[in-house]
Amino acid sequence: MSGEPRRVAITLVAVGVGFVALATVGLPAFYESFLYIIFSWIALATSWALLSGYAGYFSFGHGAFFGAGMYTTATLTTKFNVPFLWTLLAAGILAAALGAGIGAVVFRVKRLRGELFGLLTLAITFVLGTIVLNTRIDGGPGVFLSAVPLPRVLASPTGTLYLLGLALALGTVGAAYAIGRARLGFGLFAIHDDEDVAEVEGVPTFRYKLVAFALSAGIAGVAGGIHAMYVGYVTVGETFSITVPLYVVLMSVLGGARHWLGPAVGATLIASSLYAFTGGQQAVLGRAAVALVLVAVILVLPEGVVPAFLRYWRAWRGRPRVLEAARTLASVDGPAPARSAGGPGVALVVQDVWKAFGGIQALRGVSLQVGAGEIVGLVGPNGSGKTTLINVISGHYATDRGRIALGEVTLSTRPAHEVAALGVSRTYQIPRPFAHLSALDNVALAATFGAARCSPRQARAEARRWLEFTGLGRRAGALPHELNLHERKFLELARALAGQPRVILLDEVLSGLNPGEIASAIGLIRQIQAQGVAILFVEHLMRAVLALSDQLVVLNEGEVIASGSPREAMRAPRVVEVYLGKSHVA
Amino acid sequence: MPSLTLLGQALVSGVLAGGIYGLLALGLSLSWGLLRLVNLAHFALALLGAYLTYQLGTTFHVSPWLAALAIVPVFFLLGCGLHAVFAYFRVTEFTSLLVTFGLTVILESVIQWFWTADYRRYETPYATASLRVGPLFIPTLEMLACLTAAALAFATWGWLRFTYVGKALRASAEDPAIAAAFGVNHRRQAYLLSGVSAAYAGVAGAFIALISTLAPSQIWTWVGVVFAVVIIGGLANPIGALLAGFLIGVSESLTMAVVTPAWAPLVSFSVLIVLLIVRPGRV
Repeated sequence: MSGEPRRVAITLVAVGVGFVALATVGLPAFYESFLYIIFSWIALATSWALLSGYAGYFSFGHGAFFGAGMYTTATLTTKFNVPFLWTLLAAGILAAALGAGIGAVVFRVKRLRGELFGLLTLAITFVLGTIVLNTRIDGGPGVFLSAVPLPRVLASPTGTLYLLGLALALGTVGAAYAIGRARLGFGLFAIHDDEDVAEVEGVPTFRYKLVAFALSAGIAGVAGGIHAMYVGYVTVGETFSITVPLYVVLMSVLGGARHWLGPAVGATLIASSLYAFTGGQQAVLGRAAVALVLVAVILVLPEGVVPAFLRYWRAWRGRPRVLEAARTLASVDGPAPARSAGGPGVALVVQDVWKAFGGIQALRGVSLQVGAGEIVGLVGPNGSGKTTLINVISGHYATDRGRIALGEVTLSTRPAHEVAALGVSRTYQIPRPFAHLSALDNVALAATFGAARCSPRQARAEARRWLEFTGLGRRAGALPHELNLHERKFLELARALAGQPRVILLDEVLSGLNPGEIASAIGLIRQIQAQGVAILFVEHLMRAVLALSDQLVVLNEGEVIASGSPREAMRAPRVVEVYLGKSHVA
Repeated sequence: MPSLTLLGQALVSGVLAGGIYGLLALGLSLSWGLLRLVNLAHFALALLGAYLTYQLGTTFHVSPWLAALAIVPVFFLLGCGLHAVFAYFRVTEFTSLLVTFGLTVILESVIQWFWTADYRRYETPYATASLRVGPLFIPTLEMLACLTAAALAFATWGWLRFTYVGKALRASAEDPAIAAAFGVNHRRQAYLLSGVSAAYAGVAGAFIALISTLAPSQIWTWVGVVFAVVIIGGLANPIGALLAGFLIGVSESLTMAVVTPAWAPLVSFSVLIVLLIVRPGRV
């Protein structure tokens, strides 16, 4: 460990030791309970943000997992006499399993947008509440835990809960930090910005969301188990209410849901201000004030307090945003290893591929081959199926029939992220960078999840190399919206290259560029080719196609109507009739 | 197995409860479908309308019909004001859910501040009146609510289908940029629609005051049911919302009659979950 992770670890341990010391000295019961409540909310809000903050799937169902944990502990301790600490383990596992189960169903739903996920999870909370209320788990009257023995560590029995809460809060914040820097966090951030692109870049989106959801739910379950003991009396009305989802969303959004420390800061602010208003009418006012803050923050400061503060702080200190990237770069020795050549022979094989969307037959038995170090130009009128073919090869769409292979390996049965990891990368005609990641991180993501399989640290060094290669070296710290079209097109290229692919699918990289930029792009493509990469090159600009392509494939209405050397293919009678004829009319 | 009369009565009360669901769903469906704003605060507005009707009736002895007449324009302006905030801050579909979540809690707190968390019951002479059809009783008030819901649903349908404003709204929902290029003033119509949708919440509120016992937390009991209704009915489809309201109302009341009342919330929420999973494209 070095640098920042080390500082964070030391700080968390120091905070922990401090609070333990505070308790052993003898803390008045009021403060013990006050701090426990804050710890509990920190754990809940931070765990919520693991999925909802990092990946952007806002769950309103955190109450379900918290409640599942509460009732697990309540049931096991009172009906089965299981020791309290063991029930926490069970609570965590049960809640995680519940989260994973829900995730396994809902994350399969295509087109599940954020607000639908929110509604769905809210509905699940109420369903779970109804089931608990009407079965023997509760049955209506609630469950009393006052007779359950609590292992005593400190002077007061509630000290145990204080320590458990502290440990859970610090553990969760530490986990959030670690995940944010690991592959998982990197992938989740990409999912937040553009899930389809993330999958095509090699992020196993389904698995990552599931893992994050299970982890998030499991922590909430443990927090619920501890809390059952704290309140001593568990009821459905209090447990499966709107309170938990409301406050965790609010705390995370206030603090900054995408930052590892944001939810903890938000939780501390809100939980302490809620404590100031207790009892009767004051509690009502307090709740209204908290809700008012939520509305104001979402409207005025949508990124949250912590990121906003960090931004002002950095601006004030005048430091660039990617100092971290520069540091990681310095710590990697020498240049990255040379790209392994694709080897001789055929790299990409497309064999009799069919694809239909409803009644529209987009591809009708397309076959083509791209050899290593070869450029195959793919041309055809608009709507002829060029982009569909790229989407099918990259695994974004499944084929209806036919086979796509990379050397001996079949691609057409695999999900997109596996295709990317095997060494197929693509660019988008309209650039689709991850909006909240810097140019450097956009490229580093491809290096992390593509065939290169770098660790996130190596990936940043690798990414810098590819930014230099495409002439974007000085823009590494810029966010995508700060780049112009030409720079974003080149960012797409850098991203496609950083995965160290064997095949690159270029979807109209030249469109919209001026002649000077086109010349430099053509130069880049030649350099890529020289490294032994197979290139499938979709383009409308005939001058570039003829200059670059070793072979030309002409598509029309999803069918290959000619292929061969560029001159030959363009002179084929059907091509002249269909392709050039139409373009003359237009 | 319960008797046929009981089942018939359950059917009747299901349809009548469904009318209220449909009425509540109407405004929500319009703003979600046509403005792409998920307005959770719609439920809070309806309950506020109910409490206002109750207050006007009990302290000032204003008849509920007069109260509703006064509430509708006030709520219309409230809806316009709400939209002004959304428009100023460029609230998106997703953040609208968060913002109105906050607004709902604020309104709930306001209601609890003025009227406390205790249950309130608005006693009117109409409350017990009912028609008798064979062995079945049809409570007059609930029937009236149901008929109002139907009338509003059909009127709204006609408004969207046949008037210029309605067509313009639908065009803007489909593609705001293209609609604007053809001269549609989306901004003004959005205010109108937001106002109308809030006014519908006011109407629903007046009936809720007359029919049910009031408590601030009631807001949350509607959320699942009415969202299920909105989604089943199809966004911005007033008649769909009405029919879906009947469907959910009947399935709930049959559950109550055949199983036990406590299981009833499960029906709507389960329907909502299944729908979101099976047909997310509907929304």
